[in-house]
Order: sequence, then structure tokens, then C-alpha cells
Amino acid sequence: MHPHALQPLVFASAFVSGFVLMVLEMLGGRILAPWFGADVYVWGSIIAVFMLALSLGYLLGGRWSLQGVSLLRFGLIFLAAGALMLPVVAFAVPVMEAIFDLTDDPRYGSLMAALALFLAPSVAMGMVSPYSLRLLIRSRETSGASAGVLYFVSTMGSALGTLATSFYFVALAEVNQILGVAIAVMGANGLLLIALHRRMPTG
Amino acid sequence: MNTVRALWAFALLATASYAQALNVTTPGLLHEERSLYRNILVTERDGMRCMRFVVHDKPAHDQSCFAVADPRRLVFDYTQMLMATLLVKPEPAEILVVGLGGGSLPMAMHELLPKARITSAEIDPAVVKAAKRFFNYRENDRVLTITQDARVYLKRAVREGRRWDLIILDAFNSDYIPEHLMTREFLEEVKGALKPGGLVAANTFSASRLYHHESVTYEAAFPHVRMLLGQRGNRVLLAAADPFTLPTADEAAARWQARLAPYGVNVRALLAMQSPPNWDRKARVLTDQFSPANLMRR
Repeated sequence: MHPHALQPLVFASAFVSGFVLMVLEMLGGRILAPWFGADVYVWGSIIAVFMLALSLGYLLGGRWSLQGVSLLRFGLIFLAAGALMLPVVAFAVPVMEAIFDLTDDPRYGSLMAALALFLAPSVAMGMVSPYSLRLLIRSRETSGASAGVLYFVSTMGSALGTLATSFYFVALAEVNQILGVAIAVMGANGLLLIALHRRMPTG
Repeated sequence: MNTVRALWAFALLATASYAQALNVTTPGLLHEERSLYRNILVTERDGMRCMRFVVHDKPAHDQSCFAVADPRRLVFDYTQMLMATLLVKPEPAEILVVGLGGGSLPMAMHELLPKARITSAEIDPAVVKAAKRFFNYRENDRVLTITQDARVYLKRAVREGRRWDLIILDAFNSDYIPEHLMTREFLEEVKGALKPGGLVAANTFSASRLYHHESVTYEAAFPHVRMLLGQRGNRVLLAAADPFTLPTADEAAARWQARLAPYGVNVRALLAMQSPPNWDRKARVLTDQFSPANLMRR
């Protein structure tokens, strides 16, 4: 594979990760509502947890890029993000039930539930950005431009993921079906990156 | 110089027309409050005091109204239709009302059944405040208000062993539906909150394809569902875990007409509203996993 194909591949992956992040966040409101309501503090909990996760993910992703950079490692981030979304599908109800019994304050209940369910997968998705940047940067002169395009595609992915979920996905399918597709997409993206690892120089 | 004068004139004109626009949109305004959830307007005109929830530039539907000269009369069809629950369940000791509005329903029930304990769950403290200040809603040891999301309250209350004889669901307005209060799982929780022989009555949507989805969702949660269909398109569903019957018109009129007359309720007309199911039974049931109720009204 031609080395110039690396850039579009990284941008496309960052787009996918940004998109899936917001699919998960928008569905988060649906998932918590039966236990903690649909109040403004439930959305406050969800948004705060995703922001916290992204900030931790940026830190971790940056660290991880110091220990060698490859499409294999990049792909593993996607596989991890997909795998960490599985408990949301499988265990959301028992987790929320346990938290509901633990506290009768729906503010802290929703915060604990959002932490338990959404923190880990969104930390992984936060790692994608700095790691992408490490894959993209060839020189000091072009680093700003690369970062600009990267933030553009990943944030555009988030905007479209938000709209697609709230306008269309929830009217078409069940929450867990949408999550299942999102997990499959992250997994497929991860496997593609790993498959291309040997064929694409990243040094 | 001319430009400055023209600008002044324009500014004055703009301010004046803006002020006028504000006045024109809300004649008879008594109270206006922007709560966390909605804009609440209380108006009084032509002897009718109303609470409405406003979405900007959209014609607002009245949530709750009463005639100042005849405050006990239940102005809306559906509020009268909800009183039909008493014909089925004449002596409920514990009543839960989800969605307070102006509080006319809990007040009427309290007058009719002074011994019953009536708990209203209303998410918006500003609505509770307006109901007390402008709609004669009064709390006492038999009339209680819980300011909380109804689903969270009900789930907790059931775990603490509370049960009700009568649960009235009236939490929706035409502008926005709390979607987690219109799913099979929620209705199953409501069913679980009923005492043996308990009854649920719900003011539901009669227009849009949501009609079919909401109807089959009630059927999915409750083995026994009956419908009252008002002439003006309002609809009330009665639902229960145990079989129930509506009394005959003669029987109900003899027992209830005199007591319900001050509220404007015609018992025979109410019972004549019974209608067989007319919804599409193949419509998809709404669940916690699939609940696009607001999108279904497009």
C-alpha cells in the first residue's frame, strides 16, 4: 500500500471514532432515563462523564504514542473501545439497578451510572485523537495543518453522530441494536487497521 | 444629522412595536415564568383562568383551566373522562396522579373522597407553585405533592412497598412527551404499583400515528384495557391487571350523577363514550429500548 494512503485512513478512523462517541453519548440519555429520569442533571452527568473521559483519553493516548507508533497499536485502541461498549449492552440494567438501590439522589445516581457505563469506552475513544496526530505528523511545518484537519474530521464525525442518532437511529432501531452496530463498526475499523499494519510504514 | 434622527425614529418605533408585540401575544396575562422545563403562562380572559406551556411562536394548548365564576366545573373533556375511574373504583383509598397541571383533578377527587390520600407527582416546581397561587390547589395531610420525575418516584415507592388503588397518568402535553413515561416497562412498573383490583386511567394521544403505538403499548402491559372516546377527539384509556367492568348507566347515574354534577360531569354521557379498540394492533410496542414518541408525532 502506498504511504500516502495512510493519511486518509487515519482521518477516516478519527471520523468513525468521533461519530461513535456521540452515538454512545446520545443513547446514554435513553439508557439512564428509566432509572434516573430525563432531567437536566441526568444530561449534566452524561456530558460531564464524556468530557472527563475525553480529557483522560487525550492524556493516555499521548502517553501511549511515546512507546512506539504503529497501525497495530492504533487498531487496538479501536478494538478496546468496541469491547468496552459491550458491557453497556449486556449489563446496563443490573448496574443501574444496583446504583438505584445505593443512592436515592438521582443526581449522584445518574453520575455514578454514567461513570460505570460510559467512562471506559469513551476514554478509549479519546485516545484516538493524540494517537492519530502522532501517525499523521511528518514535519514541524505541517503539524498545525495536520492537527487542524484531524480535529475537523473527528468533530464533524461527532456532529453527524449526534444528529444521526437523535433524528433517525432512535426512530429505526432499539438502543441495543444501534449500540451493536456501533460496536461492530469500531471492531471492523480496528481489524482493518491491524490488517494494514504490515503493509503500511508508519515510522 | 438627518441620519441620526432617522436612526432615533427607527429605534423608537422598533421598541414600541416590540413592546406591543409582547402585549398582543398574551392578553389577560397574570403570571409568566420560565422554568427549567418550559415557559409557563397563566392568563385570565372571558372569565376563564388557564395555565399553558408555551413554545415560542406556536399556538399553545391550555394545560389546565377553570371558570372563575364556577371553579369546580372541570373544563376539559379529558379531565371529566378521568373521573370515570370513580364509576369503576368507587372508594379508592390511595390515589396517585402523575402530572399536576393546575391541580383541578386532585382537588375534585379530594372533595369527593375526603378520606382518600391523593399524591401528585409533578416534575416542575414552577407548575406546583402556579397551581397553588392561581388554581386553588391546596395541600394537606390527604393531598400531597411530590416534585420529582414520576418514573423515578414510582420505582422507589414500589420498592418501599407503596401501592395505589387508582393511578392517573396525565403527564403529557401536546408539545413534548417524556418518552420514558410511555414505554411498556414504565407501564409494567405502574401495574406493579397497583393494589389488587387497582385501576389505571390515562389521558392519551388521539391524533398522529402515536395513537396506535401508545394503544398497543398499554395492551402489552395490561391484560385489561378499555377506551373512552370523547367527541372532541380526547381519549382516556382505562387499564388494569384484574378484570373490571363499568357499571350500567342507570346504576351509575343513581349513585354518582348528583355528586358529580358540580364538576360538570354527565355520567350517562361518560359511559356512552365507551368504544371498542380501533387501533392498528400490528403497530410496534414502545419500550425503553425503542421509544421515539416525539418523532412519531411528526
